[in-house]
Amino acid sequence: MDMPDTVTAAEASLSGFLDGDYDDAVGYYTPGTPLVDTKAPDGPIAERWQNRKLEARLVNPSNRRKLSVIIVGTGLAGASAAATLGEAGYNVKAFCYQDSPRRAHSIAAQGGINAAKNYKEDGDSVHRLFYDTVKGGDYRSRESNVYRLAEVSTNIIDQCVAQGVPFAREYGGLLDNRSFGGVQVSRTFYARGQTGQQLLIGAYQALERQVAAGTVSTYTRHEMLELITVDDKARGIVARDMVTGEIQTHLADVVVLASGGYGNVFYLSTNAMGCNVTAAWRAHRKGAYMANPCYTQIHPTCIPVSGSHQSKLTLMSESLRNDGRIWVPKNQADCDKDPRDIPEEDRDYYLERIYPSFGNLVPRDIASRAAKNVCDEGRGVGPEVDGVRRGVYLDFASAIERLGEQGITEKYDNLFDMYERITGENPFEVPMRIYPAVHYVMGGLWVDYDLQSTIPGLFVTGEANFSDHGANRLGASALMQGLADGYFVLPHTIRDYLADGPFEEITEDHPAVVEARESVKGRIDHFLSVNGTRSVDSYHRELGNIMWEYCGMERTETGLKKAIDLIRSLKDDFYRNVKVLGGAETLNQSLEKAGRVADFFELGELMCIDALNRRESCGGHFRGESQTEDGEALRHDDEYAYVAAWEWAGEDSIPVLHKEDLVYTAIEMKQRSYK
Amino acid sequence: MKLTLKIWRQDGPTAEGAIHTYQLDDVSPDMSFLEMLDVLNEQLNAEGEEPIAFDSDCREGICGMCGLMINGDAHGPEVTTTCQLHMRSFSDGETITIEPWRSEAFPVLKDLVVDRSAFDRIIQQGGYISVNTGSAPEAHSVPVPRDDALRAFNVATCIGCGACVAACPNGSASLFMGAKITHLGELPQGQPERDSRVVNMVAQHDHEGFGGCTNIGACTAACPKEIPLDVISQLNKDLRTAIKHGH
Repeated sequence: MDMPDTVTAAEASLSGFLDGDYDDAVGYYTPGTPLVDTKAPDGPIAERWQNRKLEARLVNPSNRRKLSVIIVGTGLAGASAAATLGEAGYNVKAFCYQDSPRRAHSIAAQGGINAAKNYKEDGDSVHRLFYDTVKGGDYRSRESNVYRLAEVSTNIIDQCVAQGVPFAREYGGLLDNRSFGGVQVSRTFYARGQTGQQLLIGAYQALERQVAAGTVSTYTRHEMLELITVDDKARGIVARDMVTGEIQTHLADVVVLASGGYGNVFYLSTNAMGCNVTAAWRAHRKGAYMANPCYTQIHPTCIPVSGSHQSKLTLMSESLRNDGRIWVPKNQADCDKDPRDIPEEDRDYYLERIYPSFGNLVPRDIASRAAKNVCDEGRGVGPEVDGVRRGVYLDFASAIERLGEQGITEKYDNLFDMYERITGENPFEVPMRIYPAVHYVMGGLWVDYDLQSTIPGLFVTGEANFSDHGANRLGASALMQGLADGYFVLPHTIRDYLADGPFEEITEDHPAVVEARESVKGRIDHFLSVNGTRSVDSYHRELGNIMWEYCGMERTETGLKKAIDLIRSLKDDFYRNVKVLGGAETLNQSLEKAGRVADFFELGELMCIDALNRRESCGGHFRGESQTEDGEALRHDDEYAYVAAWEWAGEDSIPVLHKEDLVYTAIEMKQRSYK
Repeated sequence: MKLTLKIWRQDGPTAEGAIHTYQLDDVSPDMSFLEMLDVLNEQLNAEGEEPIAFDSDCREGICGMCGLMINGDAHGPEVTTTCQLHMRSFSDGETITIEPWRSEAFPVLKDLVVDRSAFDRIIQQGGYISVNTGSAPEAHSVPVPRDDALRAFNVATCIGCGACVAACPNGSASLFMGAKITHLGELPQGQPERDSRVVNMVAQHDHEGFGGCTNIGACTAACPKEIPLDVISQLNKDLRTAIKHGH
């Protein structure tokens, strides 16, 4: 694959700023009407959520059992919502593609969960957590939502402790906290390196309790393949039983998508193998706007790719950067040498060199981009994959000298073992190798303050929505948002919608239902009948390469336009040449993947268009054309302080861009600097 | 590396299964075990044979979705999950036998995929603390001694993969159940339902067709999270206490 010509683009841009008024994406989209009403209440920011809860109508307990709710996804955002709505007495159906709700990918979160408890009396508060989150998101999130997130964060900890979540504790028996992700207060609650697992098991147990109580039914090994809308309202889903292949119709008064993020569009990411965009994308095609899809978080400390067989990437806690020193050889010729034989003067500790004050602790995006740059220069280390070495050293030699092996082991628990298990190298003897990997997406379906999408009756929670993290998410905030949405936000806002229900009964032979079901069957039949020559995985891998190369850590106008062309032709080829064996009425993992990859093509194109439109650098989105002379990200608040919400305009049309202006009343916008 | 793979193939829950033999060349020692199967599946797909169905999701050892009997051992020769096992644990020219979890309570759905929903049904019978959202007291109102919290955490690391059942000659899920009973029983929040929890979970366990525990210890040896055998002692102790209390 050719490399994008970033230098030319960057040079062009630096001179171009003076001219202003870019529209890089002209021809790729249609301008739409602005999104004006987010339903965020007016008034002082600290009172908005209280007011909204008060204004949201109640549903009489005896009516709740007549109201049905479908929830897709059983991670933190889905399981918590299912449990809570079940407890309230609604009729809930919860769907997941895994064999048990407990396996959702929230389980893999390592670090912790933030909450403004101020147990350390170190100056934390709801307002400070709010401020840190907006600033961390590079001023691209909606302030009302973020404030609410900070506000309910404290309830989450209470709830989880009562459920028996075994958080780390101090000798006095009280909860321990640590500082995380560069913030100056200790507000992160944790359960060793397995916080996500423990929180998810808590939510899962609450969910299973409701299954026993008869309020929640779970549909495991079921995959949502279409949204059913009737009279412009979300009224159900079409799902495939992944064991029998049966295409089922499930109807309800309201649908909640808690289906997670779409990082797997890059093929290689830290996401679980099954994570996909299909539920969200099917809703998008039915009228739900997709917001800021290009905002991707890339984590700098993952274990590098070892060969073309690689199926996923593994994250290691970025706390490793506290003691490890990152370097590559100064000379290309040294790249295949044993690192221990490379003398100090031939090593380039590039982060310490470029960012002398923050050094190895620069934010995630800066560390990631710098690693890519040195590898693109040909100074990467580790095995050559497709002709390039993609890895940099994370060297603990000086820390081992200072703290001893014992000290390092105590500090980093099982991380060194995990590294050795995966790579076969002992990091006490040889420097670790790391490389950035896609980890989280801030973009997602657009929702209003009530977490309702642009389709009435379709609510979206957790990573699947766009709302709280702006252009960049802070560490230990994903778990917080998932549980805030599911336990404490959605159950209040959804009742205002359900107060108008139960809605008119629809049957399975309603034309809209039949159409949805038939379209699912048509897609499945197509994949099984192409009988081409290439496997689904081979297409997914190629799509991932395009996305990583052109819509990854650094994006440019030329690169993105090239990516869009490549994606379009690859998608065409996929529909004509994919090879999916097996049948429709059986467990068929190739068929499952085919449907997901088909949706990733369309999403990938939209991500590139979104990135092309946003000719600024903010958070996880870095445009080569928008950087300072020192190579740092440069935001353009005058032009891009908005949420880009994209409307699907049909198979053969370009998407429509609706802008939601971001207005900050409780906080002042600032440009960040890490030099 | 070159490998000979003997793999259980079964078309569906009621179909007859059989071991099929495949040759795989060019296996890198850096591949994970599941990546090796991915490569085999690509090869089968290219040859026109339907790929082998197997479960996996996070592929970092925490979700509990993967699980294979490898040469007769649950999760293979190392103390880890199947997804964290790497091919460097095997040698060139080796023959590897791969089967699904063996247990009557985990029926085979297809090839190497089994149905573990019995675990969810055991949890439904009491593997939780009854606290509705919003009704929780302030988190610091109940201190928990650090050692209790640590023990609770150490056994709460169970990932529900089912290796304990697959390894047990009796097909018992006592380790899985004991881990949950101990996790919740170590915490003050878990006390009000302690008696009913153990009684109801054990009843469901037996109803699902899992066997009884005869203290062999194969479960804990196979457990990728090294859940200790004493959680089964705890389970039995709690059960005895509950019966004494008239449950």
